[in-house]
Amino acid sequence: MTKFFSLLADGIALGAVYALVALGFVVIFRATGVINFAQGGLVVFGAFLVYQAEQTWGLPFWVSALFAAVCVAAIGAAFEGLVLRRMIGQPIFAIILITIGLFLLVEPITTTIWHNPPGGIETPWGLSRVTIGDVKILQVNIATVVLGAIVMGGFFLLFQYTKVGVGMRATAVDQEAALAQGINVRRIFALSWAIAGVVAVVAGMMLAGGAGPAPGLSVSLAVIALRAFPAIILGGLDSPGGAVVGGLIIGVAEVMTKGYIPDLIPSLGPEFGDIVPYLIMLVILLVRPFGLFGTTEVRRV
Amino acid sequence: MAGASRAMIRNYADDLRLFPTAAKRVSLVALIALYLLVPWLINDEWASVLALAGVVAIGAIGLNLLTGYTGQPSLGMAAFIGLGAFIAGYFGGGRIADGIGYEFNVFVYLFIALVAGGVVGFVIGLPALRLRGNYLVIVTLGLVFVALYVWQKWTTFTGGNEGSPMPIKADVSLGFWSIDFLKPTVLGKDLGPKQGLMYLAWGFVIVTALLVKNIVRTRPGRALQAVRDRDVAAEVVGVSLFRYKVGAFVISSAIATFAGVLYGLYLGYLTPDQTSLGLVLSIQFLAVIVVGGIGTIYGSILGAILIGALPKIIEQFVPDNWNLPVLGWPIVTNNAGATGFSKGALATIIYALLIIVFLVFEPRGLAGIWRRIQAYFKTWPFSY
Repeated sequence: MTKFFSLLADGIALGAVYALVALGFVVIFRATGVINFAQGGLVVFGAFLVYQAEQTWGLPFWVSALFAAVCVAAIGAAFEGLVLRRMIGQPIFAIILITIGLFLLVEPITTTIWHNPPGGIETPWGLSRVTIGDVKILQVNIATVVLGAIVMGGFFLLFQYTKVGVGMRATAVDQEAALAQGINVRRIFALSWAIAGVVAVVAGMMLAGGAGPAPGLSVSLAVIALRAFPAIILGGLDSPGGAVVGGLIIGVAEVMTKGYIPDLIPSLGPEFGDIVPYLIMLVILLVRPFGLFGTTEVRRV
Repeated sequence: MAGASRAMIRNYADDLRLFPTAAKRVSLVALIALYLLVPWLINDEWASVLALAGVVAIGAIGLNLLTGYTGQPSLGMAAFIGLGAFIAGYFGGGRIADGIGYEFNVFVYLFIALVAGGVVGFVIGLPALRLRGNYLVIVTLGLVFVALYVWQKWTTFTGGNEGSPMPIKADVSLGFWSIDFLKPTVLGKDLGPKQGLMYLAWGFVIVTALLVKNIVRTRPGRALQAVRDRDVAAEVVGVSLFRYKVGAFVISSAIATFAGVLYGLYLGYLTPDQTSLGLVLSIQFLAVIVVGGIGTIYGSILGAILIGALPKIIEQFVPDNWNLPVLGWPIVTNNAGATGFSKGALATIIYALLIIVFLVFEPRGLAGIWRRIQAYFKTWPFSY
């Protein structure tokens, strides 16, 4: 049972990270109808910027995090304004490809700037553990869940109770109608990318700090972030609540599989956990093509 | 009269012609002559580049049928390329030294790859029937990772993490005449393996291009494009979505797997990991069709030559250490610890920028540029 609970803690922490990344996808998708493949790249870039500010410039952890969040939010908004703005009205496939192009840019740029940093990010909680009963839980996992909850809670408050949030929801329903009501749709687009940037930084920072079974600070964090795709498929592309639920389910399922499969079916190997999110996604898509909480797409003839 | 007037399309039959103008027929003959001559004229390194470009062109034409003509974006190319390459290793005698696999003739395992690719494509195409656009991209993304896992675990077929050697000969014997494409002797002259592979690959580029061109310019092609433009409307006028969506997947996957065999022969040795068969490989194929021109076949070929040759061009023409003039910022370096892009990183950045720049400024790709040049001269001196 001890193993179960410690795996559960890992899984929930990883799930919180997935939920954050997935939230970034959903925010952009709702506002602009685009799936942003570059989200994984923003996660990596955010993590490295925190490293830069903290380790190279010697800033305190929270200041570094703030700095990275502002930078990545600006990068996201700038990319939207400079590149994607020109693509409005183009086929969805073309727009997805542009974000894939951005994703492709991140790896060579980060490896060129930072090479392979010897250390990682130093977090206030480090690698110390809390013991509850027999179960030892990494503090970073607890911090991830708490921080994730704060960021996501803040997002829901913004979304539900502020004027900007109403504007975002209106834009998601109908861009033209929102424009006609005097909502600045361009600003909503830019803001969506900025929010996606901020959640990406939080996710990247926690992954690089050791949340879940993560490899620490490296460009392969992008591959982990890609596994948030199954989370949004599970939750539904346009449902922020679904992103959170989907992220948690995928995170727990992945860690549990990694923990138990090597004992139960040794031939599958621990790597099986890496593809479990995609397998879950395939099954869900065959049963419910629009996810658990997504809006069913109406096809007009 | 007939020759000149063909420059303008006047009726439907003209539009459907495979080679509508005398100029096109002449240039085709010139290109075939070039195909026969080039391996004699260039050195091994450039032959290797052109061989790779040919392999990429075949895969890109297949992907273009699916993505450009049928509107089904797919990130799954790497999975099919991997399947083809490991078929080459297993059935072509690459692993015969370890007592595994078979040693078939090159055309036999190319055929096995076609069939296997078609079958896998059919299985993938079935769920794709229910999914569109965004969802399809994500499912095919998942396919890349699942395939990579399968390659790493299915050791009998792929050699697992150690990888699989590829066939060292690709010989065809017709009794009275035989040739080994990896060590060809043509007219008494020995050519290198890359020249042979280049002959093989570009020969198949011609075959694939004609095949796909014939699909897209006839009834099935019109059906595919109807599905792309509005699938509900296509269904209403009697186009079977099942037949054409799944059909496009089957043909495209078969071609991709076929290209995978040649890719395996090109590489010589293949280890299944993120760098060799990961997402980036799939993205490169998408880059080829975007840069070349989505929905045109010669565009795929042009794109393949450009993208396939890019690493070599950088290798050859970019100096090892290069600083920005005036400011003196280091841009390129071959020193691992120093500031500046390595040449590999530079190639990736150029891929990425090509995708973005072409999509934003020239969505019809190189083919669009070429068409504009053509139009300029067709109506000369009254061009606008």
